Amino acid sequence: MSAAERDAVIQASRRDILKGGGALTVAMWLPTGGARANDADVKKAGAFAPNAFVRIDKDSTVTVLSKHTEMGQGAYTGLATIVAEELDADWSQIRVEGAPADAKLYNNFAFGPFQGTGGSTAISNSYDQLKTAGATARALLVTAAANRWQVPASEITIASGVVQHKSGKSARFGELVADAAKLPVPTDVKPKDPSTYNRIGKSAPRVDSRAKSTGKAIFTQDFKLPGMLTAVVVHPPRFGGKVKSFDASKAKQVKGVKAVVSFETPARSGVAVVATDFWSAKKGRDALSVEWDESSAFKQSSDELLKQYRELTQKPGDIARKEGDVETAFASAARTFEATYEFPYLAHAAMEPMNCVAKIGQGSCEIWNGEQFQTADQMAIAKLLGIAPKDVKINQLYAGGSFGRRANPLSDYLVETVAIAKAMGTTDPVKLVWTREDDMRAGYYRPMYVHWMKAGVDAQGKLIAWQHRIVGQSITAGTLFASKDPIDFTSVEGAKNLPYHVPNLQVELHTTKPQVPVLWWRSVGSTHTAFATECFLDDIARATKQDPYALRRSLLEKHPRHVGVLDLVAEKSGWKKKRAADEVYGLALHESFNSVVGQVVKLKKTPNGPKLVSVVCAVDCGIAVNPNIVAMQMESGIGYGLSAALTGAVTFKEGRVEQGNFDDYPVLRINEMPAVETHIVPSKNKPTGVGEPGTPVIAPALANALALIDGKPVRSLPLSSAGVRLA
Amino acid sequence: MINLDINGQKVETDAEPDTPLLWVLRDHLSMTGTKYGCGKALCGACTVHVDGNPTRSCVLPLAAVASSKITTIEAVGESKIGKAVQDAWIAEDVPQCGYCQSGQIMSASALLASNSKPTDADIDAAMAGNVCRCATYVRIRSAIKRASGSLA
Repeated sequence: MSAAERDAVIQASRRDILKGGGALTVAMWLPTGGARANDADVKKAGAFAPNAFVRIDKDSTVTVLSKHTEMGQGAYTGLATIVAEELDADWSQIRVEGAPADAKLYNNFAFGPFQGTGGSTAISNSYDQLKTAGATARALLVTAAANRWQVPASEITIASGVVQHKSGKSARFGELVADAAKLPVPTDVKPKDPSTYNRIGKSAPRVDSRAKSTGKAIFTQDFKLPGMLTAVVVHPPRFGGKVKSFDASKAKQVKGVKAVVSFETPARSGVAVVATDFWSAKKGRDALSVEWDESSAFKQSSDELLKQYRELTQKPGDIARKEGDVETAFASAARTFEATYEFPYLAHAAMEPMNCVAKIGQGSCEIWNGEQFQTADQMAIAKLLGIAPKDVKINQLYAGGSFGRRANPLSDYLVETVAIAKAMGTTDPVKLVWTREDDMRAGYYRPMYVHWMKAGVDAQGKLIAWQHRIVGQSITAGTLFASKDPIDFTSVEGAKNLPYHVPNLQVELHTTKPQVPVLWWRSVGSTHTAFATECFLDDIARATKQDPYALRRSLLEKHPRHVGVLDLVAEKSGWKKKRAADEVYGLALHESFNSVVGQVVKLKKTPNGPKLVSVVCAVDCGIAVNPNIVAMQMESGIGYGLSAALTGAVTFKEGRVEQGNFDDYPVLRINEMPAVETHIVPSKNKPTGVGEPGTPVIAPALANALALIDGKPVRSLPLSSAGVRLA
Repeated sequence: MINLDINGQKVETDAEPDTPLLWVLRDHLSMTGTKYGCGKALCGACTVHVDGNPTRSCVLPLAAVASSKITTIEAVGESKIGKAVQDAWIAEDVPQCGYCQSGQIMSASALLASNSKPTDADIDAAMAGNVCRCATYVRIRSAIKRASGSLA
């Protein structure tokens, strides 16, 4: 990576990402020779790789190289669907492989010259690129067949992976690859018009279901190299703590322990016990004693932070959006309303605790990881080792969940692995394995926030003023995604772009700086702004005796996609029909990552409390490349958001994290999962995100239903902290 | 050396007797289908069958299972029920990240072995020990019912 490219990466702010970027976009790179997909492998196999994304082997297998990680969100399947559509391949011949790290070949257009997966962009930023890649491969196969059969290319068709001519001649892809590989790569191919799609918009099965149902899928946790050692670490008990000294004598007596080393990375300090296997390393770690220098460590408690944040809500913040004059409007309002909403820190708690395999070579380093942030990780590892980023080779493996955790601007756990391998002073490959407790306590949480809101209505109950003040940490501050603007967009997204028309509107932000490492967490700012805005609006609807659907509908003149989703979810949920006596419905609507999601929660009153029966979900995500994956992501987002709403909270006592495992950080289990039905708004627009947008809507929809049961609005999460339990 | 009966094979391991079965499988026998998730029997990712019973291998010392028959995800498909469950998992596209699914399938297979027609409540009760952070629970329920139907 050149200095200019590096600078460009640093300038690629999260704002660009959220807007879909564009400014730093580079053109699709279709090499005409040399570095095509996995060049050496291709030559060896006599295969055909017309570009960096598609390889076709002699056995007709089509391999799609995914520049995006597969962490559950279905990127591999969705990306393959686009290529298969353009190639008219049969689904059974499609395979997907993780692409290597290469910011030039495999950058995320939404991120600039930077390879990474996040912001629900995998499909949206790849759509045109993979259409072109697939169409290019198709054109070459057609030309090869036309030449061989001495017929016009225009008379050749492809269906289900068979190239055909009306004369009866036909060939499988593999029969044509040797010829196709010799042809010049066309640069003027025309991808299909969406009206001719026969695969996009239908639900092809996931490409990874079999491997993941048979224990064969390889995650970082499963990856092995000859001579590989396993590192188990001890981290400081408080953020910012440093290793003062450690006594490794007992740890070294544990059978299998090879070394005990301390490390220091930009993210944290610690000591690693490196052994032949996990259990030996863990026993070694348990026998280790470490003395910490906590002179500059975080020592606050959650209660203190909450008190400070509450005080800040009473002071004006930095202005994120201002229309009209809220003060004047409040003075003239017939009624005003106020509410404060409180949100805790949240852990990502992916099923696979953070881990990484590293092997340091001569002037190089090779990584195996559920890799989400290739370019940042190459830079951070290169900096630690004093080598060039291009000499950090990254192998992409399946990630056992991430929800944002594996996209860390400091590359925290990767750099930790390399630092340990470096401290070993050998070329032995090292696998870092964090225990669940390490994962839970190592930081990088969804930040804690407090929101204060005020609204005014006129005598007819019409909203005339809306003021929204947010207090919390910036996720991007101090990272390569930091913007010059004092407003971190990730703190106010979903609030700043409130879709409802209110003539006097003000959104403010106080950015706090406690020493707690924070990070994007599935749907980022919307995790809290959707709750505050959608619950507050329902508060007003109840107080002014307006139907929540009708009130929203009346405020959305300029947002046809929101209206489409709102109407669909209302129709499918039977919103306008009479409820049973023991039934209440809660509604919420929210846009994130350029998709709009509406959800209706159906609660049933039971003697044991409210029971969450079902969720009806509607989404406008542009063209649904694979509707099955869209539905899966809505279900998943609902479950993930519900988990946080019910019980999710990381708290601190004198700087120490109070949670460590699934006993004190409970997560959603099957008996708590409602039935979910998903409806997709038909669209001709290009695809937008689905991995995150289902997540932020469920908590306000649930809270809005709960408020109808006892009339008490939910003002803080999780519900368990307020003693609310579902049946 | 401790002898084990895993997936119908006699295997020998020099792992320390206090090593949990999970790590014997993963690190000593290179059977990585069984996953580490919590280390405290809280998440079910490490579920295997010990004499047919779904068991959390992360807290089960090697010394305790030397005389037991152990089945893991690698071989559960060799039984009729295990195969039906795996086929149903694929047909319903249950997995997302997939990390917990070995454990889910082992718990689901054990459920169907003892209860061929589980109700939603039976499924919730039998599967509540298996966490899925992707919340694939809706499809887990469907897949268990599909497998149950295919075995009828």
